[in-house]
Order: sequence, then structure tokens, then C-alpha cells
Amino acid sequence: MTEALRPVFAPWNDPDEKPLIQFKNVTKRFGDFTAIDDLTIDIFEREFFALLGPSGCGKTTLMRMLAGFETPTEGTILLSGQDIAPIPPNKRAVNMMFQSYALFPHLSVWENIAFGLKREGMKGDALNSRVDEMLRLTRLERFAKRKPHQISGGQRQRVALARSLAKAPKLLLLDEPLGALDKKLRQDTQFELMDIQEKTGTTFVIVTHDQEEAMTVASRIAVMDEGRMIQVDTPARIYEAPNTVYVADFIGDVNIIEGRATPSGEQVQIAWGEGVSDITGTTEKSFDSGEKVHFAIRPEKVSVSVEKPDDTPNAFQGKVLDIAYLGNLSTYHVEMHNGQIIKAQSANTRRLSRRAITWGDTVWISFTATAGVLLKG
Amino acid sequence: MRRFALIAVPYFWLLALFLVPFAIVFKISLSDIALSIPPYLPQLDLAKGWKGFTKFLGALDFENFEFLMMDDLYYKAYLSSLKIAAISTFLTLLIGYPIAYAMTRASEEWRPTLLMLVILPFWTSFLIRVYAWIGILGQEGFLNQTLMFLGLTSEPLIILNTPIAVYIGIVYTYLPFMILPIYSALEKLDDSLLEAAEDLGCSRIKAFWLVTFPLSRGGIIAGCFLVFIPTLGEFVIPSLLGGSNTLMIGKVLWDEFFSNRDWPLASAVAVILLLILIIPIILFQRNEQKQRESEG
Repeated sequence: MTEALRPVFAPWNDPDEKPLIQFKNVTKRFGDFTAIDDLTIDIFEREFFALLGPSGCGKTTLMRMLAGFETPTEGTILLSGQDIAPIPPNKRAVNMMFQSYALFPHLSVWENIAFGLKREGMKGDALNSRVDEMLRLTRLERFAKRKPHQISGGQRQRVALARSLAKAPKLLLLDEPLGALDKKLRQDTQFELMDIQEKTGTTFVIVTHDQEEAMTVASRIAVMDEGRMIQVDTPARIYEAPNTVYVADFIGDVNIIEGRATPSGEQVQIAWGEGVSDITGTTEKSFDSGEKVHFAIRPEKVSVSVEKPDDTPNAFQGKVLDIAYLGNLSTYHVEMHNGQIIKAQSANTRRLSRRAITWGDTVWISFTATAGVLLKG
Repeated sequence: MRRFALIAVPYFWLLALFLVPFAIVFKISLSDIALSIPPYLPQLDLAKGWKGFTKFLGALDFENFEFLMMDDLYYKAYLSSLKIAAISTFLTLLIGYPIAYAMTRASEEWRPTLLMLVILPFWTSFLIRVYAWIGILGQEGFLNQTLMFLGLTSEPLIILNTPIAVYIGIVYTYLPFMILPIYSALEKLDDSLLEAAEDLGCSRIKAFWLVTFPLSRGGIIAGCFLVFIPTLGEFVIPSLLGGSNTLMIGKVLWDEFFSNRDWPLASAVAVILLLILIIPIILFQRNEQKQRESEG
């Protein structure tokens, strides 16, 4: 509700906005292995920027370069317009929350949070009030005197967050911050993280392999693979308009249909095998006649019905192979006449016993012309 | 019943291998020297029954302990042993800590080899290794020959039969006992803790003092006790390397037993030594327990 009233936060679309972090043609090699490959990206102040990718894609290396634990082999990284290569990690206005939390086991929660502040020479009342503020922010007041091994995993995670935020860094790096928490706690903590990010106004860069987490928290997501950024965009655009098959496949569930394109006006007809009529799709890209195309469509945009729907250009008959019941949703695996299996998802608005479709039934799947995305290659 | 049986095993062990021998030594320390076999009186003669037993008890006294108090040789020997043990422990820590630290910094594939090298000296007899030091430290020993060959000294250094030789011998012998516990404490240390410290504004050196050092404290304390406790009663090293200049209680004990054949007095020396050692041993146990709890 309040979202609509606030101006949309999208500094990356504003040409006057100065980025907080700039990667300029950054390459990082470890021996023969190229971890980061000629990467250029701007990250803006107050952003919650997620680096998403499978393990080994270079996202952690990218973050460690920001923290100062690795230096780029080529290229420069600028923080507020200043090259950070010569600045050691202990002098950077950047703090990191480690995947293992890296809490000092010999120090109490209070001492852990005060650690960075003391190194700045803060003491007395200023130190006390800053640490107390952090304890309040992360709701840890009651645990100030405990040692890290005396608190739970979720509490430890919050201590790590409080410690890394205490120095009010320009940029906070979070390395898989919620990886060690169970699912329920993780979801709660995601919202807490967003809340804290908003309250403190700190720029967050988060590394994660959990796409749901990235979708929830991030203002923009960078999908990485083999040291390159495949797509950098808002969660909605990443999901609705992936630019490659890789991104479409990596984020969420998707049907990828391979075919040949035939442009006809604003629409493209896609031939996708014997025995099935062409798919009608729309795209802004131009395709040559007969060019290879991948049509990506999310299961929730495909509907299943017993009768043939007549208000859509895309309706295909098939047989139900399998039904995955997820409680709130069911995913139908429907085999087309050409052997391709299309996943269609529908909300279970009725109780199980009342539903008409079951295994082996002949059904119609359908979707609108704008429901899917056409991808080259 | 089963629980009782389980507990009984270690208690029996303690009883048979510590308490019974200690009781025997304590009894001898209350006896008087005599020219007999064994060389002390009274002997318990159970054939004489209850009367014999009371007579036996009546003959025991604290004369030997009183003698220990009167003759300043003993109390000087105790003090000198404490001093030598404390200094050697400190020197061993000073040398052992950097070695243990370097071992944990070495690459993963080298660590087993390095660990092996630390333990390797145990494969040879302790006595032989100490004898070897005589060959190294003597006036015509390897060390002096090398130094003179290099022109660093014109006259041989006198090291053997001085306290320096004793320190060298003790540090050399007990170094692995210092390295191993410190190494095991440092090895458990998560590297990301140091990165976190750096990230929060520490220089490398500061991170060492604020994170690495306090987290290896358990290992340091364990190592220090493992060196200090046996060094206090050490007699082989001071008698082989220290000559007559070094006064250590272990050597005094040996002399009383084997040169003077004064078993009762020697036993009294041993009892006092044990009483002195009980304090650091208890402290050591408490440190170990605290360590386990914090790892809990």
C-alpha cells in the first residue's frame, strides 16, 4: 500500500545518480582459473543488491574483492569514486557479515559488537550507547552478556549482523547470511534484514544461492555464471523477462520449448514439433524466418482445462502424466502430442475430492500470446 | 551395579598405581635409616599380631621432614628447581609458540609431515638424545668446533656443566609437549575470525593479539603445565648436562636414594615434591575442564 505512494526506488535508471560502487572491467584469476571475467557493474547507494548464482560462479570472489581480501587481477573497483585497490581491509568503510558468522568465541555478545568500535578508538558512553543501539536494533538486549556458544543459531546470526553494522559502514557485505538457518526462521529473518536495511540506510550487497531469498530481499539481482553477470535487473524483471535460457531456468520453475520462429507482424509463430499447432508469442526482438528460438513460459501462466478454451491463440491437447500436489498449488505434467512435457500450475481453490482432472485424463493446456518469453539461441 | 563397576575401573587404577605406591613411599619417609635390607626400620611384622602393629606405628616419626627443614640444601634445591622449571617453561613457550603457529600456517599437505618431525625425536631414547647434547655442547663438541671454524670465537665456549646446558637440554626435550597442545588449539582456529577482525579494523598484528592469542590460551596453559610439571622433578638432564653447578631437587633425590642409601630421607624429599606439584596439577586439570566446557 505504502509502496505505491513512495517514489519508485530505481537509481540505476537515473543517469544523474552517482553509483556507490563501480566495477570497471574487473577480472580475477586464480592461476589458470578465471573467477571473475571482465565484469562491469554499478551499484547504487541504499540498494539491496543480490549476487545470485550456483557455487563457483564467482559471487563470493566478487564480495571478497569488495571487502579487500582479494585484489582484482585486472580492472578497477571504485567506492564513492575512489579506487579501493590500495586500501587494506581494515581501512575500508566496508564491513562484512561472514557466512560462518565468525563471531569471536572468547568474547561476549556485547564485546563482539563493540570490537570494531573499539578499534576506532570509541570508548565510554559513546561506545555503550552505540552497542546498546545495535543490541536493540537486533533485539539482543537480553543476551548481551552471553558467549556465542550460549545462544541459538538465529541469535548468532543477529549478533553477526549487529557487529558488522555497528561501525555504520557505507557498504555492508553479507555472505550467505541466512544459509545456516532453517526455512521458517530464514523467511522471518529476510524481512528483518530488509527492515534493518531500510532503517539504517546502508547499502547491502548479499551473496546467495537461494533464488527465493534474492527475490524477497533484493532491489536488484545479478545472476552470475562462470564469472560473468548474465543479467542484472529487478526481481520482477528477472522473473518475468529473463534475457537468456540460463536465467529463465535458474530462477523459479519454467517450461523451455525449443522451436523455429516465423515472424508475422508483431507476433511470432513458433513451430515446435510434429502433431502440434504453432505457439503464438509476442516479442520486441526480431527473429528471422526459421531462426532457432527458445520459448520460456512459467507453469503458473499455463492453465489446464477439460474443455477446449476458445478465447486464446494457444491451446494444446495432451494427457496428464503426473500431478504434484503442493497443498496450495498443484503442478500438472501434461504430455503433448509431440512428446514434450509441459508443466502447468493451478491454485487449489477447491478441496481435493472435488477436482475434475486426474492421472491419464486428456486435457487442454492454454496460455495467452504474451504469457511467455522468446529467447534467442 | 553396572555404574559402580564402570567407576571402579579408573579408581582401581588410581589406587593400584598411585595411592598404594604413594602410601609405601610415605611410610618409608616416616621410618629411620638402617643398615639392613631394605635399608630402613621399622618393618611391619604381622606375625606378632596387634602388639607388633602398635609397636610399628610407634616407631614412625616425622624426623626426616624436620631434617629437611633444618638443612638449607633441600629448600635451596626446591627453590632452584622451581626457578629452573619456570624459566625453562617460559623459554619453551617462546620457542614453541612460533613453531606451532608456523605449522598451522603451512599448507594443508605439509602439516602431517611437520607434525611428524615434531614427534620424531621420541623415536630415540631420551637418554641417548641427552647424551648427544654432551657431544654437541662440550669443549671439543660440535658447537665449539663449528664456531671456531667459522672464526666466531677464538676460545671454546664453556656451556657444558653450566645452567645454560640444563636449559638447552630441558627446552630441547620438552619442546614437543609445548608445541603439540598449542598447535592443536591454533589449528581449530577458523581463518574467517582473523578476516573478521581485519574487516572490523584490526591490523594483522593487532588481530593476532586480540583473536589468535586469546583463542590459543588453552593450548598455552596446557603446554606450560606439561613442561613445568615434569621439569620440576627432572634429574637426568641436570645430572648429565648440568654438572655439579646445578642444584635440582630431582638430583638431590637421586643422590639420597642411590649414593647415600638414605631411603627414608629421599622418600621425604619425594613426598614434599609431590605436595608442591599438586597445586599446578590441580590448576592444569581445571584448565582442561574449563576448555571442554567452553567448547561444549
